[in-house]
Amino acid sequence: MTFELMMFLITAVVALTGGIGMVMFKNTVHSALFLLLNFFAISVLFLLLQSPFLFAIQLTVYAGAIMVLFLFVVMLLGAERIEDTTDKLAGQRWLALVLALILLIQSVAINLITGSNEPPMQELETLALLSDPATLGAELFTTYLLPFQITGIILLVGIVGVVVLNQRVRTAQDKGQIN
Amino acid sequence: MVPISYYIMLSAALFTLGVLGVLIRRNAIVVFMSVELMLNAANLALVAFALQRGGIDGQVLVFFVITVAAAEVAVGLALLVAIFRNKRTADVDEVNQLHG
Repeated sequence: MTFELMMFLITAVVALTGGIGMVMFKNTVHSALFLLLNFFAISVLFLLLQSPFLFAIQLTVYAGAIMVLFLFVVMLLGAERIEDTTDKLAGQRWLALVLALILLIQSVAINLITGSNEPPMQELETLALLSDPATLGAELFTTYLLPFQITGIILLVGIVGVVVLNQRVRTAQDKGQIN
Repeated sequence: MVPISYYIMLSAALFTLGVLGVLIRRNAIVVFMSVELMLNAANLALVAFALQRGGIDGQVLVFFVITVAAAEVAVGLALLVAIFRNKRTADVDEVNQLHG
């Protein structure tokens, strides 16, 4: 067993633990922390897949910004103690388990039939080019320039949307209280 | 090096966990986190395929997915806060009417 395979197996176990913990734990703060564990594991997998730039992005954007946002909202709403109510559909839980199992079996079976077990044989030069953030940046600002700019607009719309959604409409009653 | 199909199988397992979370949890915040888990599983598959094909395009797509996910989380959580302020609940079964 090579060192790389061992690293992959350890990280895969950690990632799966994070996912299972997120689904199973009742306390929402615990769920969020297990999701954080999962994000860390996936960032290490990105590193194993020769993309250090995405490793850094995963850590700063997902594990940093998005998780802070989740934890902030959970604690703001005091939602960590909210218990799941009973299902309105009878047997939804068991049906969900069966369907998820079918989905897993299907995807693994398709992968076993069509996927190859050969390790990717890339030239060292190709690997160096792939793992270089400069290659990604050059591609981003030439071939994918228009999608890149559209992403900027999406972020702007997101910011405006958040402000509009959480704007409190001043009613006449509120104004009376202030005065 | 590790075969790409190992990464794809891990990605499938993580995606299934996300689906399971959406289906069996009723807390809207946890449902939302499950969606993030599914996005991450898809990202993992994309990066694995990028390495197999020896092209950078998969990584560029992951970059876009992460940016859009960040915007989506911000808007989604703002919606959750607005719903919680009006209805005092984060339960997806309780939010079932269109008018306030």
